[in-house]
Amino acid sequence: MTPFRTRVVITSASRPLVPPHVHLRFDDLRGKWVVLAPEKVLWPDEIGADILGRCTGAATVSDIVGGLAEDYDAPAEQIAPDVLAFLQEWCDRLLLRCEETK
Amino acid sequence: MTAPTAGPAVGPPLGMLAELTHRCPLQCGYCSNPVELLKANRELDTQAWLDTFEQAADLGILQVHLSGGEPTLRKDLERLIACLDARGVYTNLITAAVTLTRDRLEAFAEAGLAHAQVSFQGACAETTERVGHYKNAHQKKRQAAAWIRELGLPLTVNAPIHKLNIHEVPDFVALALELGAERLEIANVQYYGWAYLNRAALLPDYDAVMRQVDYVEKTREELTGVLNIDFVTPDYYADYPKPCMGGWAADAFMITPDGTVLPCHAAQTITSLAFHRVGEKPLREIWENSEAFNRFRGFDWMPEPCRSCERKEIDFGGCRCQAFAMTGDAAATDPTCIKSPHHAALRDLPPEEPIRRRVVGRQSAST
Ligand code: SF4
Ligand code: SF4
Repeated sequence: MTPFRTRVVITSASRPLVPPHVHLRFDDLRGKWVVLAPEKVLWPDEIGADILGRCTGAATVSDIVGGLAEDYDAPAEQIAPDVLAFLQEWCDRLLLRCEETK
Repeated sequence: MTAPTAGPAVGPPLGMLAELTHRCPLQCGYCSNPVELLKANRELDTQAWLDTFEQAADLGILQVHLSGGEPTLRKDLERLIACLDARGVYTNLITAAVTLTRDRLEAFAEAGLAHAQVSFQGACAETTERVGHYKNAHQKKRQAAAWIRELGLPLTVNAPIHKLNIHEVPDFVALALELGAERLEIANVQYYGWAYLNRAALLPDYDAVMRQVDYVEKTREELTGVLNIDFVTPDYYADYPKPCMGGWAADAFMITPDGTVLPCHAAQTITSLAFHRVGEKPLREIWENSEAFNRFRGFDWMPEPCRSCERKEIDFGGCRCQAFAMTGDAAATDPTCIKSPHHAALRDLPPEEPIRRRVVGRQSAST
């Protein structure tokens, strides 16, 4: 039997992943990003979609923050709390999974 | 959102419920299917469904719920899933899961099925069997749920709640956790179709409902990040109605086994409305221009007290079908609303009778 799932607490070392059954794509008809999940349709904004797109299971949260800081020309320390909060929220809704550092 | 003053602006729909068949091995007394069930020979054939799904994708549908009856009784289900997946449409299978094999589930997964929802009539074997009238149903469902997880698909446990199982709500939570579900749907039965017929035997008492609401709210909080609990609240004891599907014909529709396109699954009970079938007219035409879809779109159709009520953008005046069933006027304020003149009559139930089982060709009462 599979052990019970436990709530994931995101840290800078977590490696978030959009699981295969959560579909992130651009909806051409409506001209915006959409996330499709069991019984759910969500509309992340551009930056939200960009963050989710970086959740490959390989990059750590630090890597993701670093990448965003560079691309958006913002200090990493400044955006890190927002990114963490965003990822935690998506994790809590089971729309992201996490691979902890081994 | 439609502006209250403008005529109903018709945007693309998001979701579609496809009732592929009314056939079902179970006989639940709360089924939302119409009391007059369609026989297999009235069902759309494979090509008609494929064509319908292509049209739905063109129209902007993002999620399809493959339901019934029991949708897996359709031998062409994997082909239908593959067609939707190829168009980027998210597929949810809604199954009672008593006749499934692992091979069949694997075929669905390979065709691109995104998510499976298994209904449990009870949280233990005895209740599941008693409610669904199917031998060993609970074991079969547990097995199917385990296969679904093995195949890497996300699992929802769907628990339709009524008088016979409302005390099992905590056990449903335990069951969902044990099966590795990521979602649990505690769905208080909505009283139309068979459930309306059997409402006196199914409606739980007030105290049981209130205990359940407290329990679910607390547990949902505690299980954040572990299990998503979706709660369909019982509206018989509420002061205000639930929003109807985000508004009549606002972002979803459904199709019956014979291809009739409806704004909601109970819409055919409103006998004053006429509906069209796919094949008669393009889906887009039905969605955007048909009279039945436009009848309760937006806010202009509303009479008082809804018209000047500040909650109208929250609940859209409630359920049209419930309004029709209880008042004879589909445009009336939903009687579950405290402002409806019919609100008090809501509690007048017919005398309790044995639950009538859901069967094709209506049948008299049984145990
Ligand atoms: S009066 Fe109409 S809009 Fe207002 S709460 Fe009741 S049903 Fe909703
Ligand atoms: S009209 Fe009633 S039955 Fe129909 S979708 Fe709305 S709430 Fe449901």
